[in-house]
Amino acid sequence: MRKSASFKFIALIFTLIFAVSMLSACGASNENTPDPTTAEPTTAESTPSASTPEPEAKLEGTITIVGSTSVQPLAEALADEFGTANPGVKIDVQGGGSTTGVKAANDGTGDIGNSSRDLKDEEKAWGLTEHVIALDGIAVAVNPSNAVQDLTKDQLIKIFTGEIVNWKEVGGADKEILIVSREAGSGTRGAFEEILKIEDKVKSDALVAEGTGAVMANVASKDNAIGYISLGSMDKTVKGLKIDGVEPTVENIKAKTYIIARPFLMLTKGDLKPEVKAFIDFIMSDKGQETVVSQKFISSK
Amino acid sequence: MAAESSVSIELKGKEKKGSVSHFMKKNKKNMGSILEKIIENIFFLCACMAILSVVTITVYIFAKGSPAIFKIGIAEFVFGMVWMPTSGVFGIFPMIVASILATLGAVVIGIVVGLFTAIFLAEIAPGWLVRIFRPAIELLAGIPSVVYGFFGLIVIVPLISEYLGGAGNSLLAGIIILAIMILPTIISISETSMRAVPPSYKEGSLALGATHIQTIFKVIVPAAKSGILAGIVLGTGRAIGETMAIILITGNTPLIPTALTDRIRTLTANIALEMGYAHGLHQEALFATGVILFIFIMILNIVLNAIVYKKVNQ
Repeated sequence: MRKSASFKFIALIFTLIFAVSMLSACGASNENTPDPTTAEPTTAESTPSASTPEPEAKLEGTITIVGSTSVQPLAEALADEFGTANPGVKIDVQGGGSTTGVKAANDGTGDIGNSSRDLKDEEKAWGLTEHVIALDGIAVAVNPSNAVQDLTKDQLIKIFTGEIVNWKEVGGADKEILIVSREAGSGTRGAFEEILKIEDKVKSDALVAEGTGAVMANVASKDNAIGYISLGSMDKTVKGLKIDGVEPTVENIKAKTYIIARPFLMLTKGDLKPEVKAFIDFIMSDKGQETVVSQKFISSK
Repeated sequence: MAAESSVSIELKGKEKKGSVSHFMKKNKKNMGSILEKIIENIFFLCACMAILSVVTITVYIFAKGSPAIFKIGIAEFVFGMVWMPTSGVFGIFPMIVASILATLGAVVIGIVVGLFTAIFLAEIAPGWLVRIFRPAIELLAGIPSVVYGFFGLIVIVPLISEYLGGAGNSLLAGIIILAIMILPTIISISETSMRAVPPSYKEGSLALGATHIQTIFKVIVPAAKSGILAGIVLGTGRAIGETMAIILITGNTPLIPTALTDRIRTLTANIALEMGYAHGLHQEALFATGVILFIFIMILNIVLNAIVYKKVNQ
């Protein structure tokens, strides 16, 4: 009895030692893998396919990318992928906003300026080269039982700012409109409000759902709800509304007829450094555009 | 901090490995007492881990969160009515109110239902019924909170929407789910403490002519009150800290609720919702929300502990 008990104790100690050494080993291996090629290790969704370095491309140098925080995650993912193939190139991706990005590309403080909006007329005069690396589209979703099929941009703005509160005002049933919004800081929310120019004007009593899935679940289960989700995430449980008579489809976004969409631009000026050119070429290649699609954006091709 | 502690434990572990194999060869009589010492030390290390965690968390939360409170202004932060982080407006008063109301509602329902269930199980139910009920209640404690949230979203929210109007995502939905979640804690601790009341108390009461129900409320419940209060304290702590289920079913609207069917956002939900995207002052404001929540939980613990202490010493 006593013997078996002490045996148990020994077993217990060995288990503990094993568990602790496992833990510390994990911790150590995490610490010992700093990745100097990527600016942002947190977005390292590195696909092993890109691990073969191209022998002819012995690129070296630093690329500074500045601008839109919406483009930033995509730029980081692309930089990460590019960096695996070209370990000599260091890519530094910074935020700051679209306007900062456009200015940085113009005055040369950044090799590439990111923008998540089209250039304004005065910016177009600066002679920047526009590379449309991706498109971002947002669908307005309602419950499939909702009779409303189509809203104008103006009606949409009024619904989300609380000027229109009942579906009957836009040709639907006599039901109060329930707005389903996203949490502050969400990229989809930022894009939606930016495109409609309703930043921080969304009705304050809107239901806030965490993530695209929760928006869809709420809209799918409530017949008076209206929400917005990234086009890449739409499915049959909700109905995408036409805006100004245009269906939310990838084709319509590419044709620029569907208005709740925006381009992701990378701006450069003049002749490009070889590493910058290689990076832009990589983004516009099939492989780069695959990354665009895997990040839930629409390929610009 | 965490890495440091794990390293030190590993060193200790290696030392022990050596000492164990060494003493295996020596006489067996000695081994027992050495093992005793080793195990005692392991227990001590484990206890240190808990203390270390509490201290680290407290220091870290306050260090990260307090600067934002002063940057925003204590009054503007704690009593501000508008939460609009993208415009730089940080007021968490609606969330403080929401957290208090949701917890209060859940605890009131939880105490009534939980206490009566515990009385039923400890005093009234026949043995075979207890054997069915108790595992069921224990199972309730083991359900992950996200599953509670999902259940609330697909069952309770539509029911509220249908019978009481509104979207269904509401304070009421939160109260109901929280009440169910804290039931197992209150029931099991209360039942255990009632069963621990010496049988002579009950026999004496019955012998004096009191009915069974009179005995329960006048003798057994008062005798078990410290355990019951401990159950309530733990239940309250769980209710105020619950996050995942609450995010799914309360609608997360940062406004002060005026009705049970209004949408609410609790302090915990605010942190979890926005932490993924927040940076700069916004992120600091979320840490500051954590500070306020932490202070709340500390006050709650102190007050309830004081009550328990007082009742026990009466």
